[in-house]
Amino acid sequence: MNPKRKQRLYVIFGLVGGLGVAVGLVMYALSQNINLFFTPTQIAGGQAPEAQMIRVGGMVAEGTVYRNPESLEVAFDVTDFDHNVRVTYSGILPDLFREGQGVVVQGRVSQGTFQATEVLAKHDENYMPPEVTEALRQSGQLDKMKGMGQ
Amino acid sequence: MSWRWFHQWGSPRWFYERAGRWQWVSGWIALILLVVGTLWGLGFAPVDYQQGHSYRIIYLHVPVAFLAQAMYAAMAVCAVVLFVWKMKLADVGIQALAVVGLAFTVLSLVSGAIWGKPTWGTYWVWDARLTSMLILAFLYMGIIGLRAAIADPDQAGKACAILVLVGVVNLPIIKYSVEWWNTLHQPASLKLTEKPAMPASMWVPLLVNIVGYYAAAFYLVFASMRALVLERERRASWVKEVVGRA
Repeated sequence: MNPKRKQRLYVIFGLVGGLGVAVGLVMYALSQNINLFFTPTQIAGGQAPEAQMIRVGGMVAEGTVYRNPESLEVAFDVTDFDHNVRVTYSGILPDLFREGQGVVVQGRVSQGTFQATEVLAKHDENYMPPEVTEALRQSGQLDKMKGMGQ
Repeated sequence: MSWRWFHQWGSPRWFYERAGRWQWVSGWIALILLVVGTLWGLGFAPVDYQQGHSYRIIYLHVPVAFLAQAMYAAMAVCAVVLFVWKMKLADVGIQALAVVGLAFTVLSLVSGAIWGKPTWGTYWVWDARLTSMLILAFLYMGIIGLRAAIADPDQAGKACAILVLVGVVNLPIIKYSVEWWNTLHQPASLKLTEKPAMPASMWVPLLVNIVGYYAAAFYLVFASMRALVLERERRASWVKEVVGRA
């Protein structure tokens, strides 16, 4: 490769590298704004702004889902296995909503509970045929796998 | 080391004739693999325990999302070649790849939205993965628009190549967005370094489709590059010869 070309190649790599560092620093500074949701631990630690629309993400804690039989009202705990946030919501839940499922809820904290205006289900990266799930459940491996996915 | 393999790309005629062969080979591979992979994935792969049949959009969404990024990476290689070696064919490459890349990006955004509604409960959410993919679509549109806006082809090519190189920063952001930040989009199920997060009965047809879509992309890019080469070299005698023959 002749020296002139080599020089141009180094200039390009230098410029793209510098640009990468600049963008990287900006993203690092903005990282809290890029995160889609807060975790229950961040809420318990007071890191989330109060009385403002925020999102909380975590798992629906087992045995905490309460449905009002006369309305669409539902209450459940969102957990990251360290802290829980009590969520109340009135509306239609996504098909994937169930205990042990990852969810992202949008809303605001008021009087100690989180009043959600939107509930989204979060899907993990694992795909399985139903027969495999059944076999895993019987041998007690399913919960172990779910724990790993988080 | 001999640079002959590289320098022959500087000859438009050599490229036009070789790419004609590569185009048909990749076209046939694409047709066979996509028919096999799509029928297998949609008709014979098992359903998912949670999502039921709606997960089958993976057989379209994942390959086109891969290609949306691969086309951009290929454009970046072309931009470097254009600046360092001043090879005209690299500019043709950028022009062809931008259109094909935009098509794959739009397809991945739309297929993802269609999957998102039944699975997440929403078509769109401003999380890092979805937003960075949308920025990729805007980059492609910007590159196509910039070329159309500058009358002088050499100037247009250089301006586009600079924009391509600036946009490269977005590629690692797309890839690692699901690991660096909290997102609604799940992390990758297929990784080069790890076992896939699904059984073989699901990922084998997916792999067939990924290779198939890659072959289809080669077909589209070569077809489009050959047409562009003919148009740009229309005053050359070999073009008159080729067109006269046809």
